[in-house]
Amino acid sequence: MPDNNEYAKAPKNYYVPASSAWPLVGAIALFIIAIGAATTVQMIGKEGSNTGIPILFVGIAILLFMLFSWFRNVISESMKGLYNEQLDRSFRMGMLWFIFSEVMFFVALFGVLFYLRNLSIPWLGGEGNNAMTHAVIWADFIPTWPLTITPDGRETQAMPWYGLPLVNTIILITSSVTLHFAHHNLIAKHRAKLVTWLAITVALGITFLFFQVEEYLHAYQELSLRFDSGVYGNTFYMLTGFHGMHVTLGVIMLTVMLLRVINGHFTPGKHFAFEAAAWYWHFVDVVWIILFLFVYIV
Amino acid sequence: MSDIKIKDNAEQMINSTSDLHHADPHQGAEHHGAPKGYKRWLFSTNHKDIGSLYLWFSLTMFFIGGAMAMIIRAELFQPGLQLVEPNFFNQMTTSHGLIMVFGAVMPAFVGLANWMLPLMIGAPDMALPRMNNWSFWILPFAFSLLLLSLFTEGGGPNFGWTFYPPLSTKYSPDSTAMFVFSVHLMGISSIMGAINVIVTILNMRAPGMTMMKMPMFVWTWLITAFLLIAVMPVLAGAVTMILTDKYFGTSFFDAAGGGDPVLFQHIFWFFGHPEVYIMILPSFGIISAIIPTFARKQLFGYHSMVYATASIAILSFTVWAHHMFTVGLPLAAELFFMYCTMLISVPTGVKIFNWVSTLWRGSITFEVPMLFSLAFIVLFTIGGFSGLMLAITPADFQYHDTYFVVAHFHYVLVTGAVFSIMAAAYYWLPKWTGYMFNERLGKWHFWCSLISVNILFFPMHFLGLAGMPRRIPDYALQFADINKIVSIGGFMFGLSQLLFVAVVIMAVRGGQKAPAKPWEGAEGLEWTVPSPAPYHTFDTPPEVK
Ligand code: HEM
Ligand SMILES: [Cu+2]
Repeated sequence: MPDNNEYAKAPKNYYVPASSAWPLVGAIALFIIAIGAATTVQMIGKEGSNTGIPILFVGIAILLFMLFSWFRNVISESMKGLYNEQLDRSFRMGMLWFIFSEVMFFVALFGVLFYLRNLSIPWLGGEGNNAMTHAVIWADFIPTWPLTITPDGRETQAMPWYGLPLVNTIILITSSVTLHFAHHNLIAKHRAKLVTWLAITVALGITFLFFQVEEYLHAYQELSLRFDSGVYGNTFYMLTGFHGMHVTLGVIMLTVMLLRVINGHFTPGKHFAFEAAAWYWHFVDVVWIILFLFVYIV
Repeated sequence: MSDIKIKDNAEQMINSTSDLHHADPHQGAEHHGAPKGYKRWLFSTNHKDIGSLYLWFSLTMFFIGGAMAMIIRAELFQPGLQLVEPNFFNQMTTSHGLIMVFGAVMPAFVGLANWMLPLMIGAPDMALPRMNNWSFWILPFAFSLLLLSLFTEGGGPNFGWTFYPPLSTKYSPDSTAMFVFSVHLMGISSIMGAINVIVTILNMRAPGMTMMKMPMFVWTWLITAFLLIAVMPVLAGAVTMILTDKYFGTSFFDAAGGGDPVLFQHIFWFFGHPEVYIMILPSFGIISAIIPTFARKQLFGYHSMVYATASIAILSFTVWAHHMFTVGLPLAAELFFMYCTMLISVPTGVKIFNWVSTLWRGSITFEVPMLFSLAFIVLFTIGGFSGLMLAITPADFQYHDTYFVVAHFHYVLVTGAVFSIMAAAYYWLPKWTGYMFNERLGKWHFWCSLISVNILFFPMHFLGLAGMPRRIPDYALQFADINKIVSIGGFMFGLSQLLFVAVVIMAVRGGQKAPAKPWEGAEGLEWTVPSPAPYHTFDTPPEVK
């Protein structure tokens, strides 16, 4: 929690920021991304080069530039001491509700996993009052999880939980601990240790992503476990993929924090951005543990 | 709410705010009125300007979606296919639904929230003003993308606003990816808007404005924002899986790969039912502000209103499968969702009871906002009753996917949500523009709307009970007469809305000057600032006792 004295010299008034062009630029960037992504997707499997991809990249570039500029703006305002305690609270609440929205996104994806495993696959196998569904449509279908043979006969192999996934679990849990050490050192004003622990955390995050790519390659090349291998592959890639994107975002956030720490930003009482990145990282970690349990082990 | 005593009287407040306004500038914000030119609107961090942008956007979408409804009703004027191709008809029903839900009703409420929440809780602005502008500006782009898809080869979305697979996967047009990404944009905008609302309400209240003193509109929006953050990500998940099923060979909703199309319906309605409450809870807040004003009585049962709103929000997560009674759910599920659905009408009933009790022995006058609010109470209740009929599982086997459902949700959404938005616009127009609107024209707008909306939607109940299916461009001959009446009502309703535009534009341009508090019975902080509300209000928080 912030040390109240940090805000002793901060403006007592409500803070209304100056107007800014970045939100509009952000909206335009999202528009270009949406057009680019839609075009890319619609041209998959069609003749000719995919004109969507360059549009998509232009959009992403503008978005990154916008985020960079917007955050630079906010950081410099914050460093000038323009922000007061109330605004700090607004940022905190905003971040927590944002994480809640992310939680709900994963709730939906896990809901899909549970529904498939516990309801629709057994039903396809004839459970409940579905004997005729089974007999008439796919009489040879055997309901199992992982679903290695789909009703229409596509085959794949299951990804075991030991090996890379286990290593990755250990890496991610460790990274949450190292991040916690970093935070402690921030509060204790041990800059050098803070930098070390934070750098280790970022390195662990990158290692995680590297192993995940390895794992995907292994899955595609040796297990013929693909994104389109029926619902087992679907949920596997959907959950680990979206989780991976969140890890990527988390790594970016932590890297920015590392750079800011090296530049001497943050005080024991005033380091909301650091905390926000840490919350996000812990959230990503928790999602992974649930994912490891239900996608890999059980 | 009722026991709010504003520290100073209105006059003093006005003086003190404008004095402090100059005495106490601080860095970072521009404190000299509105910036000039296009920058004012494009780069805004002002809740009033952003609120106006939202409201104008919503009005535009209301007319674009309305034009599509006119095409639908023109085609259905007579049996047989006459004006448009069936595929185009499907695109019209789909886009009409999407535009009205995400483009007209929701942005109107966000616009009202932007304008009124800071004024009601005594805050100088929304908590995160730049993000506020971002959430607004995403919307015009999102809807451009959606509308653009209508002009692609193969046409735009034609699978209904509920986009059930396999209609939206196997049988959907090439442009489905545009639909998916435009829904993503709408979702991003809504989530950011909702985060802003929650943080504003929790963190920006003036000293003394405790939670249980907040006006009902603030309460209902707080709970709506929670619902939005909880379910918009689920919608994002749903459209994403539609995207991968259609373009990347996944089988989430395809039994051949182990999936299930019914799974989609569960996900969609887990979002969809809370979504319908997202579109009605702010209305409840508006009506709870207007009825006491013109009945000149305090709101009856403020506390029970708050608890009813909260319980509606919680229960709304337990009723989704009432949209799926006919898909072959297990019996236990049918029963569970039937009883939960009936249970949710109890808190809804509490609200109706409270409004009626507020009116009881009030000294009522019938200004335009009040007329719309009274119509809301009666007509929304009709929609609630037809909802109850639909909630009875065995009966729904007959009603499902007929015009009875169409009648139901248009009563709750048009005479409910849209009427409440109209009421709110009339109620706060003097505060926004500084001028009284043309009362005569407003009354014309009300009566024309009231009569035509009932000609439009009431007979749909009979069409549905007699078995006319929804979303089909042609129908059996026995439905011809009623459809003709319905279409005539539709055209009348569409035309009546032009009167609203006239009233608004006239009020923006001038007229009789509005005092700070144009409605004598009104209570709340928004009436303590002058009309039009100055560009910056409550720079120094008012004290609420
Ligand atoms: C007393 C409260 C309500 C009850 C018991 C209720 C019940 C139902 C039921 C059972 C259905 C499904 C009918 C079917 O498809 O067979 C339905 C549909 C619908 N309801 Fe309600 N409802 C209530 C209030 C509302 C409110 C307040 C709104 C929106 C403001 C709303 C909007 C809708 C919509 C949009 C649909 C149709 C969705 C579609 O299939 O396109 N309802 N309602
Ligand atoms: Cu519902």
